[in-house]
Amino acid sequence: MIEIKDLHKSYKMGSNSLHVLKGLNFSIGEGELVAIMGSSGSGKSTLLNILGMLDEADSGEYTLDGVPIKNLNETKAAQYRNKFLGFIFQSFNLINYKNAAENVALPLYYQKVPRKERQEKALKYLDQVGLKEWAHHLPSELSGGQKQRVAIARAMAAEPKVLLADELTGALDSKTSYEIMDLIQTINDQGNTILVVTHEEDIAHMCKRIVHLKDGIIEKDEKVKQVRASAYV
Amino acid sequence: MFDLERWQEIFDTIRKNKLRTFLTGLSVASGIFILVILLGFGQGMQNGIEKEFKTDAATSIWVWPGRTTIAHNGLNPGRRVQLRNENLDYINNTLDADFDKVSTFYFPRDIQVLYKNDLIVYQVIGTTDDVQVIENQYIVEGRFINERDLAENAKVAVISSKIKKEVFKDLDSPLGEYLTISGAGFRIVGVYSEVSGDDEGEEERIWIPLTTAQLAFNGGDRINNLTFMLPEKTNLGQTVASSLAFEDEIRGYLYKAHGIAPEDERAIHIWNPIEEAKRYYSLTGNIKFFFWFVGVCTIIAGVVGVSNIMLIVVKERTREIGIRKALGAKPWFIVSMILQESIFVTAISGFTGLILSMGLLEIIGPNVEIDYVVNPSVNFNVAFTTVIVLISAGTLAGFFPAWRAANIQVINALRDE
Repeated sequence: MIEIKDLHKSYKMGSNSLHVLKGLNFSIGEGELVAIMGSSGSGKSTLLNILGMLDEADSGEYTLDGVPIKNLNETKAAQYRNKFLGFIFQSFNLINYKNAAENVALPLYYQKVPRKERQEKALKYLDQVGLKEWAHHLPSELSGGQKQRVAIARAMAAEPKVLLADELTGALDSKTSYEIMDLIQTINDQGNTILVVTHEEDIAHMCKRIVHLKDGIIEKDEKVKQVRASAYV
Repeated sequence: MFDLERWQEIFDTIRKNKLRTFLTGLSVASGIFILVILLGFGQGMQNGIEKEFKTDAATSIWVWPGRTTIAHNGLNPGRRVQLRNENLDYINNTLDADFDKVSTFYFPRDIQVLYKNDLIVYQVIGTTDDVQVIENQYIVEGRFINERDLAENAKVAVISSKIKKEVFKDLDSPLGEYLTISGAGFRIVGVYSEVSGDDEGEEERIWIPLTTAQLAFNGGDRINNLTFMLPEKTNLGQTVASSLAFEDEIRGYLYKAHGIAPEDERAIHIWNPIEEAKRYYSLTGNIKFFFWFVGVCTIIAGVVGVSNIMLIVVKERTREIGIRKALGAKPWFIVSMILQESIFVTAISGFTGLILSMGLLEIIGPNVEIDYVVNPSVNFNVAFTTVIVLISAGTLAGFFPAWRAANIQVINALRDE
């Protein structure tokens, strides 16, 4: 599903150049649940931004579902993001004047799905994350865990190839974190490919595979025995 | 533009951001409102000043004699200058001067006016038929003195509405009644009124034909003054120039005819209100300019205000733009949606302000009764253009930050707290 070859990225910081990614190689198959771990400065966020087409690599190849991702203009990138990717952010990033259902329906609007169908789909995905009753509440009326569930439903709504989650439990307490991870595992069980960036050991171990990043290179790429989050809920 | 889905999205945004929308709209609407009211009152002041000035015809020139002060051609100073019929005839027939109408007054002296043996005290003036145009008078009933009266030395009189009210209040009409002026009976043939009302005692006068006055009251060929009305040219500058030229011509002729030293300023008096008119007109021009200036400043303030609001709105929405981009919105789509929303809001509120202010002017305008302000009103095209300018400025001001916001990295937009 995701294919990366010799990926390099450096940032210009005044006169200095900061080499963040120093030649990454890995691939993720369909239906995998992968955690990318690393301390801050290890380059994991940069990697996620490149995978999410929010940023571009200096060199190397990146193929997503067989499509080479290179030299994209903003319009093309927007199209690909909409078609291939679902984002889940640490800070939820819900639009605060739209209610839960409208937030979930938003990516479908950019897919030019008709209004009625958008609303039906939004309710379907909200139901999946257990928030059907909350469909007409504004984000400010929801708890952190609920907000993240709405965000997950929104990421799912566009039916993307890959879900990219950036520290999705970073703003949540551990009980809520486990609930969210339980949801992520369930979604993964349904066959969705999910990439989770985290610096928390316990969250990483709830995935099936952990890629350890350190100073811009892959230190370790291991399959792990998945810890089911439902055990902690 | 006509995408229903997009309009739904826009109305959604507007509905859920009522305060922001309301404030944007309010500032646009009040800007337009103030501007239109200002422009309206500028026009009103101009109308008012024009009206104040419209008493006697603006292009009239008055000439009356005085005494010489300088010896000339062997004649003593202190000599009284006497205008005569021949002066009028010469001006009428020989002098090649540019004027529309000329008239003259002869004031008979030591006369009494009786109506049914009661003495009434009004001024009797012998004059010609053109005086009513020059004096800005109109006939209320009957007729004015005409050429036939002059030719036949008819004993007819024209009285004012005021005299009618004061003397003939018991009659339906004074027409056909007789006034006895120093023993001679004059039949009343008309009643006149002054356009400007009786402000300056101008309705205290009884007009009789010039020829009759001279003949009956020992006038000989003497006349007391000359009044001219000049044609109005295409613009004020030309009118002033031709008026001054005419003044010189008349002065030259009269000075020569009466043997007056050219530098003698007191022998013949000429009053030419065109100079005063020019002052008034330039005053109204200045007032209009002032209101335009204030108006333009108001527009600029409005533009700055709208631009500011748009900047803040876009800044506030940077994060939302980032989210929308992450969800797959194309940059141009985001920009055009923000602009479409802002154009919609400013247009609606701009035209609301326009309609309200023009409605207000329309309703109160004709009822305004302040000195120097008459019927404040505004040119619709001007107001309309102003609204368009404000909307364009707002759009332009919103465009650049929106474009920048839509083109920054999603990750930076999302980081924007």
